[in-house]
Amino acid sequence: MRNVLNHLLRHERRNAWAAFLLAGIVLLVLPFATDALLGRGWVRIMDFALLYMMLALGLNIVVGYAGLLDLGYVAFFAVGAYTYALFGSPQFGLHWPFWAVLPMGALFACIFGVLLGAPTLRLRGDYLAIVTLGFGEIIRIFLNNLNAPVNITNGPQGISQIDPVRFGSFSLGSSHSLAGIVFSPVHLYYYLFLLFTLLVIFVSMRLEKSRIGRAWMAIREDEVAAEAMGINTRNIKLLAFAMGASFGGISGGLFAGFQGFVSPESFSLMESIMILCMVVLGGMGNIGGVILGSVLLVLLPEALRNGAGPVQQALFGKVVVDPEALRMLLFGVALIAVMVLRPAGLWPSAQRRRELVVDDAAIAEQEQETVYDAAK
Amino acid sequence: MTQQNSVLLDLSGVGKHFGGLAALSEVSLHIRRGEIYGLIGPNGAGKTTLFNVITGLYQLDAGNFTFDGARYVRCKPHVLAEAGIARTFQNIRLFANMTALENVMVGRHVCSSSGIWGALLRNAAARAEEHAIAERARELLSYVGIDRPHQTLAKHLSYGEQRRLEIARALATDPKLLALDEPAAGMNATETASLKELLQTIRGSGITVLLIEHDVKLVLGLCDRVAVLDYGKKIAEGVPEEVRRNPAVIVAYLGGDAGEAAA
Amino acid sequence: MSILLQQIVNGLVQGSVYALVALGYTMVYGILGLINFAHGEVVMVGAMVALMVVQLLITSALAPVLVLLIALLVAAMACMALGYGIERIAYRPLRNAPRLAPLITAIGMSIVLQNLAMMIWGREYHPFPALLPHSPHLLFGAIINDVQIIIVLVALAVMAGLLLLVHRTRLGRAMRAVAENPGAAMLMGVDVNRVISATFMLGSALAAVAGIMVSVNYGIVHYYMGFMLGLKAFTAAVLGGIGNLRGAMLGGLLLGLIESLGAGYIGDLSGGIFGSNYQDVFAFFVLIAVLVFRPSGLLGERVAERA
Repeated sequence: MRNVLNHLLRHERRNAWAAFLLAGIVLLVLPFATDALLGRGWVRIMDFALLYMMLALGLNIVVGYAGLLDLGYVAFFAVGAYTYALFGSPQFGLHWPFWAVLPMGALFACIFGVLLGAPTLRLRGDYLAIVTLGFGEIIRIFLNNLNAPVNITNGPQGISQIDPVRFGSFSLGSSHSLAGIVFSPVHLYYYLFLLFTLLVIFVSMRLEKSRIGRAWMAIREDEVAAEAMGINTRNIKLLAFAMGASFGGISGGLFAGFQGFVSPESFSLMESIMILCMVVLGGMGNIGGVILGSVLLVLLPEALRNGAGPVQQALFGKVVVDPEALRMLLFGVALIAVMVLRPAGLWPSAQRRRELVVDDAAIAEQEQETVYDAAK
Repeated sequence: MTQQNSVLLDLSGVGKHFGGLAALSEVSLHIRRGEIYGLIGPNGAGKTTLFNVITGLYQLDAGNFTFDGARYVRCKPHVLAEAGIARTFQNIRLFANMTALENVMVGRHVCSSSGIWGALLRNAAARAEEHAIAERARELLSYVGIDRPHQTLAKHLSYGEQRRLEIARALATDPKLLALDEPAAGMNATETASLKELLQTIRGSGITVLLIEHDVKLVLGLCDRVAVLDYGKKIAEGVPEEVRRNPAVIVAYLGGDAGEAAA
Repeated sequence: MSILLQQIVNGLVQGSVYALVALGYTMVYGILGLINFAHGEVVMVGAMVALMVVQLLITSALAPVLVLLIALLVAAMACMALGYGIERIAYRPLRNAPRLAPLITAIGMSIVLQNLAMMIWGREYHPFPALLPHSPHLLFGAIINDVQIIIVLVALAVMAGLLLLVHRTRLGRAMRAVAENPGAAMLMGVDVNRVISATFMLGSALAAVAGIMVSVNYGIVHYYMGFMLGLKAFTAAVLGGIGNLRGAMLGGLLLGLIESLGAGYIGDLSGGIFGSNYQDVFAFFVLIAVLVFRPSGLLGERVAERA
């Protein structure tokens, strides 16, 4: 009996490894397959999907785990990106190496996170939302205007000619060939981003199932009770803000290196809202859901962009409505439809799923409670 | 040598007011180690206010508050929880979307220490600590008598189980004083009886218990000593027998609310 | 001195508009506890509809003021229908959903309305015909024109009317009851769904008034005008204490004043380092400062953490 069990277990583990290996191969081959089937543009879109994945996972720590509604998350992305840009471009003539600038961006973002959090974290839900929103706007306005009296950010024009990510003399900004296969920059960045995304996923998973992760969730569920259980809510919330912010900072640095150009336009309120949508639409608090949400929300508008014009051509023989407007319209409709049909997100966390299964039991209990209240 | 002192919690001249309303005035009482101390009084007598003062939710406006030999002035709830005061809430406040086990594990927060690095590296020390937390949480769940699967969400437990889960969560902090705010509210007779048993077991394990209750019968039958609050003042204190016969108490209950006196 | 007064006048005019829009946010928040992110777009739709009506009637023999009144009426009705629709589609199905779900549908709604407007009315700025006299008056050295006077007066009248409605009528009482405790209100025989719909419609009518005020004041209408205005008005509502009607009015006027004084004086205050392009920063800093010291806004109830 025990032998059979052991055998089965080993078998299962072998299957898991096989699945893991398969997923790994798919992820490695994916950019080339995409390149061949859909074109280079889509590889670039995949790069962006990975960047947004990191951002969404970072915001997930703040919103999904700790329950702090942050509407200005893009500010930390901006801090990371501008740190990278200022220390690795002709703007100040500084060309610091990637391995120094990227952690610096994360650190600065983290500091900004604490600066924002320290005075405001005692605010309740929606008040915190508007303060973070304001903070995001403040950062953007400063980036937009800090070209005078001293030119720091180059204002609305942004900073260009940013150094590509470089390891020694190996630059990700130019093509390399290995064993007859040509790796162009979009491919190289794909692998770099994939590596960082996996790291972020790993960190999220570890945090989720830890003493700190439990404390975050306790605060999300009931702050007063959490504090009564001995959790220093202010510090633990600051920790969530700092962690989320540094993830944002890292993605920002990678973004700057990849694009070679940053301007305040990339860090508008709409970006923050987009990242929040990825988290909530996918399934707040669930890593898989957040990943799904970010992939969908990056790919969907792109697919609509490529579809909106040609489909109209085919149907009516001409472009009837502005494809750009149509694409965003459909995107908005999709947001509403998904949330109405699946209020807990496309892929809710395991707990939320359990909740849906035992819904009837919960209703029965609530009725009981109501009776109790009435009796009291 | 305050450690040897038999008094665990000492309040002297405690006052708390909201605007012009004095919720507590000149309340002095002390709770000895190892006893079950009851606090009763008509609705609005200031019981929960007193409770919130000693658990750090409110800051007191006057008087002194000493716990386990140390004075506490303007302390946050988490500091008092660390010092060894654990509480439950009158209107149950569980972490509704976390499992029963996780709820109790959160209670172990103060008794454990691993931080970000422990979580990320998951080294031997962190793993051992996490294992111990889960182990202790399971013990406590069976200790308070919750025999549901531990992965049940807190909000899907029955009312009585939720009350018990709150007690388990509070016990998880290894408290010196367990403060219970109306634990029997809304319970039926059987549930109340088994709660009484549980509280006696807890006291038997050496934990001091402070009990606020509406159910006068339960308090008088369970507590070693009882204090009665009325209009924010302590009007009586003593063993249940004395308190039961105290004329001021009878007036407070009969004069304040006839329905209460019947209980 | 006259510059100061001028900034105050400008601030009051802008603040009146913020206050009207902020009322829409605060009413919905008070009753449902959610941020109606699409409210700014309702303002824009109100302005656009009014513009269409005006363009249709401008060549007729009707007096300009009458044209504006008809436009106001039509716009208010259109917005009420829109508000009703938004609630039915985006919020009612999610009444018991996790807290952030309705926020996402609200954002979706905002995106949909913006892009629909772009399809219907295009991307360009539309001039709004001057229907009201613009003659300037000198008021203690500050200049205020007829339109601005009318805006402030109308805003005050509408706000007074709203307060009367909420505190003196059956509907108002029902609204307050639902805001306090929807379950209890329902048990007392209040039709909660109808009250919520009415709240949305009322807020949307105010948004239509605000939309026309903005159009008349600046003479320009644009599909994107609702976004920033909505954001500012929401900020104003929070500043005053969200969920509180008087708070929204106070917050709106205050935000208008802060912005206009900030724009006028920020340069002098900072020794020329910061220009008027930092006026939004100034507004947000004030907001953060206020909330740090009064976490529930200026007039918000202090929700004591009760155990």
